[in-house]
Amino acid sequence: MAKNPAAAAISAEHLVRRFGNFTAVNDVSFRVEKGEIFGFLGPNGSGKTTVIKMLTGLLPLSGGSAFVEGVDVGADSESVRERIGYMSQNFSLYYDLTVAENLQFYGRIYSLEPARLKRRIEEIVQLNGLAPYLTRLAAQLSGGWKQRLALGCAMLHEPALLFLDEPTAGIDPVARRQLWDLLFELSGHGITFFVTTHYMDEAERCSHVAYIYYGKLIADGTPNSLRELPDVQPQGTLRVEITTPEVTRALRFARQIPGIRSATIFGQSIHALIEDHFNPDDLRDQLLKNGIVVTEIRPLAPSLEDVFVELTCKHQAILEAARA
Amino acid sequence: MRNFFRGFRAVFYKEVLHVRRDPATLFFSLVIPLLQMVVLGFGIDTNIRQVNTVVYNADARRESRELIDRLKNSDTFHIWRYVGNDQDLNDAIIAGKARVGIKIPVDYSDRLLHNMSAQVLVLIDGSDSSVAGQAINVTTAIGLDESLRRVLEDRSTLAVDIRPKLLFNPDSRSPNFLLPGLTAILLLNVTTFLTAFSIVREKERGTLEQLFVTPVRPMGLLLGKLLPYLAIGFSELSLILSFMRFVFQVPIHGSVLLLAFLSLPYLFVSLSIGILVSSKANTQSEAIQLAFLTFLPSIFFSGYIFPRETMPTVFYVISYFIPASYYINITRGIILRGAGIAHLWIDGLALFAIGTILLIIAARRFQNKIIMA
Repeated sequence: MAKNPAAAAISAEHLVRRFGNFTAVNDVSFRVEKGEIFGFLGPNGSGKTTVIKMLTGLLPLSGGSAFVEGVDVGADSESVRERIGYMSQNFSLYYDLTVAENLQFYGRIYSLEPARLKRRIEEIVQLNGLAPYLTRLAAQLSGGWKQRLALGCAMLHEPALLFLDEPTAGIDPVARRQLWDLLFELSGHGITFFVTTHYMDEAERCSHVAYIYYGKLIADGTPNSLRELPDVQPQGTLRVEITTPEVTRALRFARQIPGIRSATIFGQSIHALIEDHFNPDDLRDQLLKNGIVVTEIRPLAPSLEDVFVELTCKHQAILEAARA
Repeated sequence: MRNFFRGFRAVFYKEVLHVRRDPATLFFSLVIPLLQMVVLGFGIDTNIRQVNTVVYNADARRESRELIDRLKNSDTFHIWRYVGNDQDLNDAIIAGKARVGIKIPVDYSDRLLHNMSAQVLVLIDGSDSSVAGQAINVTTAIGLDESLRRVLEDRSTLAVDIRPKLLFNPDSRSPNFLLPGLTAILLLNVTTFLTAFSIVREKERGTLEQLFVTPVRPMGLLLGKLLPYLAIGFSELSLILSFMRFVFQVPIHGSVLLLAFLSLPYLFVSLSIGILVSSKANTQSEAIQLAFLTFLPSIFFSGYIFPRETMPTVFYVISYFIPASYYINITRGIILRGAGIAHLWIDGLALFAIGTILLIIAARRFQNKIIMA
């Protein structure tokens, strides 16, 4: 981390946040470059929202330092707030105000002068397709439109960095896809995004992902670099996809076969991590012995879900060992 | 752009929109206090009149009937029933049908006519102390008066003639006494609830958290929220005063303008209490509970019902920390006693000081986001 923190969108070093005896964020360091779509993942309660609150100046740091858009969060959180936009998971809109009134309010809060506010609202309305709904109360919008309005409110003041805390929770798949298209478009204009999500397909779309587990950052890199981590793909193992009409029964047997380290069902197939001395043909034979017909076995690159499951298992073991 | 009040105009304008969008809430917050006023103004009479009284007149001659007439004419007693024996007299009181029982013995007239002392038994239900006190006072006064009349006959006047004169509320009308105090309680109610709700709603909705990641400053946010509700509180005050003056016919002896002016610091205090409540409460029901916690001392320790001077020392000291104490002194002072700024400036100043302290505490809690915990 010798790089200049001012050049990064976010530069967090040894972040710590304690609530009483409980350490919610434990020595977390990472760096987000300008223009990246940074996916911040982790189970519920693992500290994702706490990190966002620290970076946006909502929570003071218990330790470490953070620079956001080149500004020290601890020293000048007001300047940070000028430069960032934030959209929380519950779309913080005023339901009894119309779409236009919500936009105007957030624009005034950022002290945009009238001419610029008018221009920005026009731009946002065009970009997010909000034009037909301007006079509608925010309460009457569907989830997807609420989210677009919330995003619009968060970016009126042209922030260089946007924090989106679970922006697609509870949104239908079409709206989800549209939001991501929009994020890519904006990212093309140089805006940096800090996105938390539980959806693995969204994580795959990020240019940079990090995974936090009980306050500890346990993975940080591009999706592809994470797939190649030794913990995910241990030396001498092979990841395969086993297609069979009887997945449930097959899984029960597969888990008992020595040489198979782990197995999980994915739709009509099983994803398994096998030791590479263990030939796929042997596997087929073993399953056939139990009366299970295997249609196909083929090698498979680990998905990000595989990555996070492997890392979680490993860290859970470390945590339990530490407790014992 | 390091403006201490940053965001004030945006928040102010938005609050006005909220109020306009929800006329029902506005209507009820203005009208319900008037209903409370009607109930308390017409329904409560602190003067004790027409107490149900049961009479056992064993004598039944002219002298005894004269005594009963005098009791009736005092306006304190209402003869509910005449009974014929001690048992019925007792039963009527035990059953709660009568508060007072009067027994005139069979030899009442005889003893009077022979210039002997005649006795009258007055049984009083002591379960309501104010009724009992009034009954004792009036009956002993009538007895004394009756005795004096007989001793002096028509010969001369009393040696000492005490003539009490009630200033400011000569008819002892209850509304005159109650309503100026009630004004303080109602204003506190409305404004505290409105501000507390307007902030707690934002907490529940998550918009407060959103505001905290914008450059809005705590004072800008709080004053933007406070001022629209100050205007509503002021309208409420005008309604209450008009109602008091024209429906309840309570004369206002002092300057209405001065009253309006001195109401500003009190409204400011009530609004700050609302903000403080909202900094603690996370839901609207929590806000209601906390707000009630502030209303109860305002009702009981402010002098609205019980005079502050007769309180035990501890409560008397507490009453100095209750904003309503000062405001009730202001309302009663101006409305009933015609007091001017020279008499009341210190109460106004005290209110302004309390309000400022509360608002600063609230702003600090907002600044440090303690309220989000």
